[in-house]
Amino acid sequence: MTTPGAADAREIWPLWEVFVRANRGLSHVHAGSLHAPDATMAIQNARDLYTRRGEGVSIWVVPAESITTSDPDARGAWFESPAGKNYRHAVYYTKSEGVPHL
Amino acid sequence: MAQSPTAQVPTTEIDDDPDGRARFDELIAADSRIEPRDWMPAAYRKNLVRQISQHAHSEIIGMQPEANWISRAPSLKRKAILMAKVQDEAGHGLYLYSAAQTLGTPRDEMFQALVDGRARYSSIFNYPTLGWADMGAIGWLVDGAAICNQVPLCRASYGPYARAMVRICKEESFHQRQGFEILLELMHGTPAQRAMAQDAVDRWYAPSLMMFGPPDEESVNSQQSMAWNIKRFSNDDLRQRFVDMLVPQAEALGVTLPDPDLRFDEATGHWAYGELDWHEFQEVLGGRGPCNTQRLAHRRAAFEDGAWVREAAAAYARKQADAAEQAA
Amino acid sequence: MTRADPHGEVIVDRLSLADEIVGGGEEAATADAAEYALWLGDDALVLAQCLGWWISRGPELEEDMALANIALDLLGHARSLLSHAGTADGRTEDDLAYWRDEREFRCAQLAELPNGDYAHTLVRQLAFAVFQVELYDRLQESSDATLAAIAAKAAKEVAYHREHSTEWFRRLALGTDDSRRRLLTALEHVWPYVGDLFRDEPLLDRLEGVAVRPSTLRAPFDQAMGALAAETGIELPDPDLARGGGRHGIHTEHLGLLLAELQVLARAHPGATW
Repeated sequence: MTTPGAADAREIWPLWEVFVRANRGLSHVHAGSLHAPDATMAIQNARDLYTRRGEGVSIWVVPAESITTSDPDARGAWFESPAGKNYRHAVYYTKSEGVPHL
Repeated sequence: MAQSPTAQVPTTEIDDDPDGRARFDELIAADSRIEPRDWMPAAYRKNLVRQISQHAHSEIIGMQPEANWISRAPSLKRKAILMAKVQDEAGHGLYLYSAAQTLGTPRDEMFQALVDGRARYSSIFNYPTLGWADMGAIGWLVDGAAICNQVPLCRASYGPYARAMVRICKEESFHQRQGFEILLELMHGTPAQRAMAQDAVDRWYAPSLMMFGPPDEESVNSQQSMAWNIKRFSNDDLRQRFVDMLVPQAEALGVTLPDPDLRFDEATGHWAYGELDWHEFQEVLGGRGPCNTQRLAHRRAAFEDGAWVREAAAAYARKQADAAEQAA
Repeated sequence: MTRADPHGEVIVDRLSLADEIVGGGEEAATADAAEYALWLGDDALVLAQCLGWWISRGPELEEDMALANIALDLLGHARSLLSHAGTADGRTEDDLAYWRDEREFRCAQLAELPNGDYAHTLVRQLAFAVFQVELYDRLQESSDATLAAIAAKAAKEVAYHREHSTEWFRRLALGTDDSRRRLLTALEHVWPYVGDLFRDEPLLDRLEGVAVRPSTLRAPFDQAMGALAAETGIELPDPDLARGGGRHGIHTEHLGLLLAELQVLARAHPGATW
């Protein structure tokens, strides 16, 4: 496993990932990243960098090193299984077409 | 398996991974996106780090010519606009460093290369801003050229770069307009103001055309970048598009573009422009422009003068973390 | 499927833009209220001018962003306050910013102190932010509707400035030996000017219900600063050492140079618009 950038000895401030909620009712969405010495400063920096045009009403910051991702090489095993399972989708059921409220 | 999705630091690139290469070629052929943890050819990674970090450095160095006039902006409204614009450039530098960092090069390392004079940035920022009208000319010409360059990059094959460019292009839409407005205001002003505007256009026009890089036949990185869907149009194509846009805008402003050879070519349907001074371009690129030394010294001073502040914050964070651990 | 990116969408054409100048179109200020608006407006303008220097020189790029945001907030306050002051005698924000001489400026001397190193800037900013939080909190009750409206907008912004400065004060105080030493030096240079912010002047007697009496802000200021100083083990120097006098147009040597730079271009072209 490779060393995540956040714990990189070549940087004085670690890397943080920033998630911003654009409006009430929406999820927090990944906006980008930044450097900050700690969580308090990370959230301030995120506010100053990613919301200066009113893009957000709430922010999350996460140390980049704390994020675990799925293995890109296992893409097939992980993400191709839904193919063919069409019965999970409403459009699969065509016989009810035209019946009200279905 | 803790793996940062955006800051992977691969120790070695396995360039003979046939599955990886097949997948990469397939994605490029389908005009899809490459994401940070995908396999990619070492040369693709290297090319991107070079391009994105140069782009980031350009934003950061590019703050200086305009920051030079923040304190003297002639109205409070213009002062606010200029501050916001120069601030945006810092922001854009940050978005781009983030994108480059996803390829495994930490920002501090890129930054160190910049202050050591080992990295390149756009030559245009090595010219001085000699008057207020330069704020207008930079916005109109330099940001105008930058936007021409950047809009196609919103579709660059590397996902984080393309996403950074989308955000940057959205934010930059105001930069060119405010520059145009500055010039328009000057052209409707006193004779001294009109002269100021023309003088600035005279000085910034040719350098802004050279921002698209050398002519296609001399551009070393272009071919490969286009094959990888990083670059979408050639230098000369973009330059032509830019000139075609400028001519009517110059007319609306009432300024003269300083090119005696500029004429509409009926055959091509484009504005033909005169020979650019590529020797001058190479000189500036080679560090012999009017402000190269000054720009680097400014950046280095900020970096060095700020070291104690960055260290203080890092030390505080360590102490707090240690204290929290002790308490637990 | 084309779907708008729900995050960070910046659509120029569909934006509902708030007013740049708060309180425009309200009643004209009285001469006394205008003088008071100059106090606060000049503080904000001069501070913004000082902070603007940091853009491209911050200790880290993220801090360039933060200082620019603070400068832009303050410049916004200055523009609203000077515009309001100008309604008393038909002058614009730019008339007041660019065409008054040093002795006509009403900023506290604290605002015009040099940026120095980051610690000097931080101490100056922290003192102002803590002062302005208390000030704008109360000024929202002003019987002058424009001042109240400006205060309502500014109150939220300076609350963030205080948070930002407070966090940095902690880091400089408790970070490294070097940062603590620099912070102490900055306090020694800057703190003597703090007391000037809280002096009542005869003008205040004529502005009952309109202005906030500076002396009434002293206790909450001392409490906030005392708590931060205690937390970080810092001893604050005497805040009343400097003679002050900015509200009367008596300034430090620094203001003249600052204004020379701020005003040079506008004054070279009388009557021009930009």
